[in-house]
Amino acid sequence: MKSLEELKAIRERMQGQVEFRAENSDQIRVVVGMATCGIASGARPVLTTLAEEVQKRDLKNVTVTQTGCIGLCQYEPIVEVLEGGKDKITYIKMTPEKAVEVLEQHLVRGQVVEKYTLNETRL
Amino acid sequence: MYRSHVLVCGGTGCTSSGSAQIAEKLKSEIRRQGLEKEVAVVKTGCHGLCALGPIMIVYPEAVFYSMVKPEDIPEIVEEHLLKGRVVERLVYQETVGSDGIKSLKDTDFYRNQHRIALRNCGVINPEDIDEYIGTRGYEALGKVLTEMTPDQVIQTVLDSGLRGRGGAGFPTGMKWKFASGNRGNVQKYVCCNADEGDPGAFMDRSVLEGDPHVVLEAMAIAGYAIGASQGYIYVRAEYPIAVERLKIAIGQAREYGLLGKDIFGSGFDFDIDLRLGAGAFVCGEETALMTSIEGNRGEPRPRPPFPAVKGLFESPTILNNVETYANIPQIILNGAEWFASMGTEKSKGTKVFALGGKINNTGLVEIPMGTTLRTVIEEIGGIPNGKKFKAAQTGGPSGGCIPAEHMDIPIDYDNLLSIGSMMGSGGLIVMDEDNCMVDIAKFFLEFTVDESCGKCTPCRIGTKRMYEILDKITKGQGTLEDLDKLEELAYYIKDNALCGLGQTAPNPVLSTLRYFREEYIAHVVDKKCPAGVCKSLLTYKIDPEKCKGCTLCARNCPAGAITGSVKEVHSIDPAKCVKCGACMEKCRFNAIYKD
Repeated sequence: MKSLEELKAIRERMQGQVEFRAENSDQIRVVVGMATCGIASGARPVLTTLAEEVQKRDLKNVTVTQTGCIGLCQYEPIVEVLEGGKDKITYIKMTPEKAVEVLEQHLVRGQVVEKYTLNETRL
Repeated sequence: MYRSHVLVCGGTGCTSSGSAQIAEKLKSEIRRQGLEKEVAVVKTGCHGLCALGPIMIVYPEAVFYSMVKPEDIPEIVEEHLLKGRVVERLVYQETVGSDGIKSLKDTDFYRNQHRIALRNCGVINPEDIDEYIGTRGYEALGKVLTEMTPDQVIQTVLDSGLRGRGGAGFPTGMKWKFASGNRGNVQKYVCCNADEGDPGAFMDRSVLEGDPHVVLEAMAIAGYAIGASQGYIYVRAEYPIAVERLKIAIGQAREYGLLGKDIFGSGFDFDIDLRLGAGAFVCGEETALMTSIEGNRGEPRPRPPFPAVKGLFESPTILNNVETYANIPQIILNGAEWFASMGTEKSKGTKVFALGGKINNTGLVEIPMGTTLRTVIEEIGGIPNGKKFKAAQTGGPSGGCIPAEHMDIPIDYDNLLSIGSMMGSGGLIVMDEDNCMVDIAKFFLEFTVDESCGKCTPCRIGTKRMYEILDKITKGQGTLEDLDKLEELAYYIKDNALCGLGQTAPNPVLSTLRYFREEYIAHVVDKKCPAGVCKSLLTYKIDPEKCKGCTLCARNCPAGAITGSVKEVHSIDPAKCVKCGACMEKCRFNAIYKD
């Protein structure tokens, strides 16, 4: 390494990795239901897609985690978006493709993708 | 891309409680569940809460698991990492609130801390230089080499008010300035004192194990500031993990060209080599340390000449402690004002303390200078079993005991000196009502007697005589004249010993005599040890009112000193009793007491 640019390149590559380990309260939390029912209906690829895309696009304010069964097993895979001061949004019957759509519209631009939410579905 | 990072503590505390097996088990369990592409296992340095080891933190949720056992791992992996259900029974209870899990930063242990020297410990993988660079590592070195003159670097360190963290608290910038003359014309050296030897202190070890690159970077900055091209880290061979990680770090830094010739194309050359110490306490003294690096027997030499003039191999040398170096890159990056804004008037920044003794949260804490002892002991540490705080010992064998009446004094270099103790390297041993102060003084004196190198008479013979007097007192054979003799000898040694070891060795005795003289007098006049520690001065007795004659004590006595049959009051034969206390521990009716 002979220049500061090279150092900077490594730093930028690593920063996301290391900052991942900081605690931040004003984060948007994206929670994927990963109980047996969720996993059985395909929550794993949804979770990994979301986690990968968030890191790839460097969305520093978004945290992707899992949760257990929330009791609506027939609507799994379920993804919840929790944001401070706003109502919880629940997306149901998610797929990796739908997840990317939600990420682009909701998480990046702040528009809820109504057609996939629980509200739009008759219970 | 990993969706979750599991940080497993690889510090010495957690390693000794089995974190290496935990990490292995974790990796194999993660593979078994097919999560190896989703979950990263990172071995970090010390988190500070060694009492709760092995420690494991799962990000992004920041769930803190404590005292993890290998058999817990399958549950954690399946429940938490796969299904996302936190295993609550293993979570550090302080973080469990009524409304779910709260942040680690809000716990009593971490709330009052401010981490600068320890900022990367427990966060990054110390064996991966890229992770250090990811937290702005080596940026300070780049900054000084491309934007600052050596004199500006020294001025920044001077302005920050940073003082040596190894003991005496000499201003770091001054040290650098004294060694900065005649740059480029003479061979100079930058040394790092990693010969941490105070009983109970392990902050340098944790920095070396948790963030070794910070020391390398700071030494290179120091080399640029004074005009040196070679550095030595003198580290004890008893710190195998630290030595190993330093070797890895030096190798990686050389590979990246961050050590070696022409760093960042600036024309500045700097390299670092390790020297292992064999564990002599005196080698932590700067002149003895340099004598040892030179390949000779580690004995101190008279000062002046000071190392800045004539140090290692007779060349100008600066020698700083590990924790001091750990502050340097942050000072360069954030500015002298930032650092000087923390702390008290004459002691800036933070200090790491190793909490030990009668305290709940044994471990490492980094607090701003000026925090009171009460905050450290009552809020961060916590005294177990509802016992009463008696004294805190700071500065190891060179320091003294601080009694409860001084608990509200803000901790800094000058305040500690004014009450007869010293900062030292930051060991903080808490004592409660069950500790005998004469016995504590004797313990530290015994240590210095063992560790005295023998070069000068006051230390070699003087500390030995002091120890003998203390021994006499704890056996109940002391006289009041002995106390005067002890004091006289202490002042004589302080004034006449060659190096810091001897000059400070009497401190534990002097400070206990100052604050706990009545305890010495109880030993001498009443032949009693009020705390019930000195064996020669106490007898175990059985209260006939309380004894039910259960025979439990007699069965447990290793010396056969207890007689009595079932349902009869027992008695102890003082001639046979070895005062081990086993009977008192076993008795269910509190019938046995010390007199």
